Amino acid sequence: MARAAERAFAVKNRVMGPDDVRRALIRISHEIVEANKGTEDLVIVGIRTRGAPLAERVASAIAGFEGVDLPSGALDVTLYRDDVALRSPRSLEATTVPGDIDGRVVVLVDDVLYTGRTIRAAFDALLDLGRPRAIRLAVLVDRGHRDLPIRADHVGKNLPTSADEVVKVHLREIDGEDAVLIGEYS
Amino acid sequence: MIGKHLLSMDDLTAEDITKILDTAESLRQVTDRPIKKLPTLRGRTVCNLFYEPSTRTRISFELAAKRLSADVINFSADAKSSVSKGESFKDTAWTLEAMGVDAIIVRHGSSGAPHQLANWVEAHVINAGDGAHEHPTQALLDLFSIREHFKDLEGLKVGIVGDIVHSRVARSNVKGLVTMGADVTLVGPPTLIPPQAAGWGVDVSYDLDSVLDDLDVCYLLRVQKERQNEQLFPSTREYAALWGLDSTRMATMKPDALVMHPGPMNRGVEIAADVSESPRSIVLDQVANGLAVRMSLLYLMLGGPNAVLSAHPGPFAREGAPA
Repeated sequence: MARAAERAFAVKNRVMGPDDVRRALIRISHEIVEANKGTEDLVIVGIRTRGAPLAERVASAIAGFEGVDLPSGALDVTLYRDDVALRSPRSLEATTVPGDIDGRVVVLVDDVLYTGRTIRAAFDALLDLGRPRAIRLAVLVDRGHRDLPIRADHVGKNLPTSADEVVKVHLREIDGEDAVLIGEYS
Repeated sequence: MIGKHLLSMDDLTAEDITKILDTAESLRQVTDRPIKKLPTLRGRTVCNLFYEPSTRTRISFELAAKRLSADVINFSADAKSSVSKGESFKDTAWTLEAMGVDAIIVRHGSSGAPHQLANWVEAHVINAGDGAHEHPTQALLDLFSIREHFKDLEGLKVGIVGDIVHSRVARSNVKGLVTMGADVTLVGPPTLIPPQAAGWGVDVSYDLDSVLDDLDVCYLLRVQKERQNEQLFPSTREYAALWGLDSTRMATMKPDALVMHPGPMNRGVEIAADVSESPRSIVLDQVANGLAVRMSLLYLMLGGPNAVLSAHPGPFAREGAPA
C-alpha cells in the first residue's frame, strides 16, 4: 500500500461522481430486496476496507424504503488471501459480522470486482463464521479480468478496462468524496 | 519495522509495538468463534525449542501457531531428547533447521542463547525467555492487557514489585513500558534491585506502601523461592509482610488500579489468594491475551514473502560449519 502511494497516480477519467455513486447504490439496494423477495434473512456484509462503508449505505438505504433494520457488518479477509505469503503482512481491521449467519442470505458488498480473488477469500472467511443459506455479491464497479469463475449478482457500473489501468473508488467516509476514477501509475 | 527476529524489546519501536498490539486486537476475535482457525500460515513450520520448563508460554505459542495453521514441533531438552545424549545447542539447532523449520521459539537458561541461535540459523528466532535477560512476548502481552483497560499507556504509573535482579519479565516490561511512555517504579528489597536500574529511566523504591496509592498498575513478580538460599531476603514470610500484596494493602490502591502477575503465582507470598482472585486482578486476561499477541507476532513475522526455506543453503554450507 505504502509503495503504491509513493507512485504518482494519474487520473485519466472520472467515471462516476457523487450522484452516480448514490444512484447506483440505491438501485443495488432495491435489486437486493427484489431478488430476495423481501428482506427476510438478509445480512449485509462489506469487505474491508471500502466495502464496509458501502454495506452500511446499502443497509441504511434498505432501512429507508423498507422500514427494516437489517443486520450489517464488515469482513477483513486479509488472513484468508491467497497471496498472504507473497506480500508483506498487512494491518488487520476488525471483523464485525453480526451474530449468527447460519441459514441466512449474506450479501457481500465490495467496491471493485477485478480478479475475484478477494471474493474467494471472503467466501472462506465467511464460511469459518457459519453456514449461510446463500451468499450474494454486490459491487459498485465490475472492471472485468476475472482469474476465477466468480460473478456479481448486483453491479453499480460495468467498466471495461485494460489490465494496466487502475480503478480507484473514493468514498466520503474514507477519502472525503465519492468518485470512481480510472488512471494509471506513472 | 519488525525485524527478522525478536530477541529483545530493544528490537521494537513504539510504532512496532502498537502495530503488534493492534493486530492482536483483531486476532483476539478469532478466539470467540466456533471455528478458531485461520489459514494464514499454512505450510509454515514453527518449532518450540525449550531448555527450561514452561507451561503457559510453550502452550500459548503452540496454540497460536496452530490457530494460524502452521505446523508445530515441540522440543523439550529433557531425558527423552538427544540433549540427554550430549547433543550441543548448535547441533540441535542445525538439526531442526535441516528439517525445515521457519521459526524457532527458544527458551534457554542462559542469557543471550537466542542471539547465538539467530547467528546460526536462517529461521526466524523468537526469544521465549533467556536466563535473567529478557522475555519480550510476556512484555507484549502485558502491554496489551494494560492498554485494554487504560486505552493509552502514555503517562500511566506502573509499579513492578519483587525480584527485579533475576527477572527477565521485569527487564522486558521496563523496556516496553518506557518505550510506550509509561512511568515505571521498581519496588523491592535493595538486594533484589540491580544497581544499574537507575539508568533504565525508572524510579526505584524500597517501600511498597509509600508508592502503592499512586499506581495505576501493580505488577507482582514471582518470588523465586530458590533465591532464598542466596539470602537475598530473610524469609518468604518477611517478604510477604513487606512486599506482598494482600487485601489490606490492595484497599489503599486507586479504585481502577489493576493487579498483574506473569505466573506461576506463589499465593501467600508475593500475592494473597484473595487478591489474585479479586476483580482488580487480570492474571487470567494476561494468559488469554498472550495467545492473541503471539498470533499477531507470528503473523507479522512469518506472514510475508520471507521464503526462508527456498533460500537457505543448509547449515553445512555456512561459515564456521564443519566441512
